[in-house]
Amino acid sequence: MTKQKMWVGLAAPIMMAMLLLFVGSPNVVASNNQQAAVTTAEVKIDNFSFGPQTLTVRVGTTVTWTNGDDIPHTSVSTEGVFKSKVMDTDEKFSYTFTKAGKYPYYCTIHPKMTGEVLVQ
Amino acid sequence: MADKKQNFIDQNLQDLNNDGVDRRGFLKCMAWAGTGLVWTMSGGIPVSRAFAKSGSKNATKGADFSFVQISDSHIGFNKPANPDVTATLQTAINKVNSMPQQPDFIIHTGDLSQLSKPSEFDTLDQVLKGAAAQQIFFVPGEHDMLSDNGEQYLQRYGKDTKGTGWSSFDHKGVHFVGLVNVANLKAGGMGSLGHEQLEWLEGDLKGRSASTPIVLYAHIPLWTIYPDWGWGTDDSEQALSYVKRFGSVTVLNGHIHQIMQKVEGKVSFHTAMSTAFPQPAPGTAPSAGPMKVPAEQLQRVLGITDVNYLVSGGSLAIVDSPLAG
Repeated sequence: MTKQKMWVGLAAPIMMAMLLLFVGSPNVVASNNQQAAVTTAEVKIDNFSFGPQTLTVRVGTTVTWTNGDDIPHTSVSTEGVFKSKVMDTDEKFSYTFTKAGKYPYYCTIHPKMTGEVLVQ
Repeated sequence: MADKKQNFIDQNLQDLNNDGVDRRGFLKCMAWAGTGLVWTMSGGIPVSRAFAKSGSKNATKGADFSFVQISDSHIGFNKPANPDVTATLQTAINKVNSMPQQPDFIIHTGDLSQLSKPSEFDTLDQVLKGAAAQQIFFVPGEHDMLSDNGEQYLQRYGKDTKGTGWSSFDHKGVHFVGLVNVANLKAGGMGSLGHEQLEWLEGDLKGRSASTPIVLYAHIPLWTIYPDWGWGTDDSEQALSYVKRFGSVTVLNGHIHQIMQKVEGKVSFHTAMSTAFPQPAPGTAPSAGPMKVPAEQLQRVLGITDVNYLVSGGSLAIVDSPLAG
């Protein structure tokens, strides 16, 4: 469950090392090496909504959610793929998508807040 | 009759959506902080009144008993909308304590804390310990069940409750039911009671005389106020179907940090103010986030909402009138 979940703030090399350790997939490592510049993406939480609501990324991308509201939020996969802790103001959560697919998610505190990550 | 009430509410909502002069009117309807509601039961008819700087002598006169509802204390919140929510909760408790006729008990309709932290619950306990009322009943808000499925909340405030914290009790002929609609929320949905709780509620009410006054309380409104902001409960209709046969039903909620009310047949719905910070009227802001009010305005709007339930032609009618000054 928590294997692929990481909090931002870790140095990039440590993140890579953790990926290697936990995922152990040569493909991911290869793609990270080849496309280091495009392996991160951001979702900003503002005014009780995820922006962009639909985010399209490549396999291997680490997506970071940042809460810009004065109220705590979560980012939780509807299908149980990832689950953030409660993010208070300015707190972040990151998850690396290692498989292509459609990942709907929502805020469990304010379930009207929904979003989607499309991994290609 | 029903249309008239609806018009009244619509008019209110319309006023809330205008800026300028009506904006001030709207702010008058929002008590900022340090407020609570006194409920008095008189012959099974609940009468409520927001209390401000002085106690509500008239509201409690001749009543069988009274109780106070406080809500949305958000202990731990420290943003500009109110950097000291502990102080405003303390103000609320002081006001309850200074009432000429002490309420039999207090009901807190949830969001005790901001982040479900033990230290926040500790602070809340410390303030509530100063309440003269001996008993306080709780239902959780979504902020109280953030990281541990509400385990800590239940240990502290829901020892004698069922499921995620629901329970009922009788007091001087009135049946009170505390419901939980903040647990296991589904993506895209609003508040939810869930099948298990609904079954329990049906059983809890079964066999009670239709003349028993019923008070339902829960955090998120049990009527749909504004779906875009999740201000409603997906399966509240089923819960309300169980109370239809009763002659007097009062539904008390928090969550939206402002007073809203509606009467539907014999059911009166009411939402309470927060003791922490105001939230915008439905649709008047980009989101339901905390609303920052200038300090000087704040003082003017302190505890200015007066809510009375009046008996009108054998049914309940609600009149919402701001306090003078």
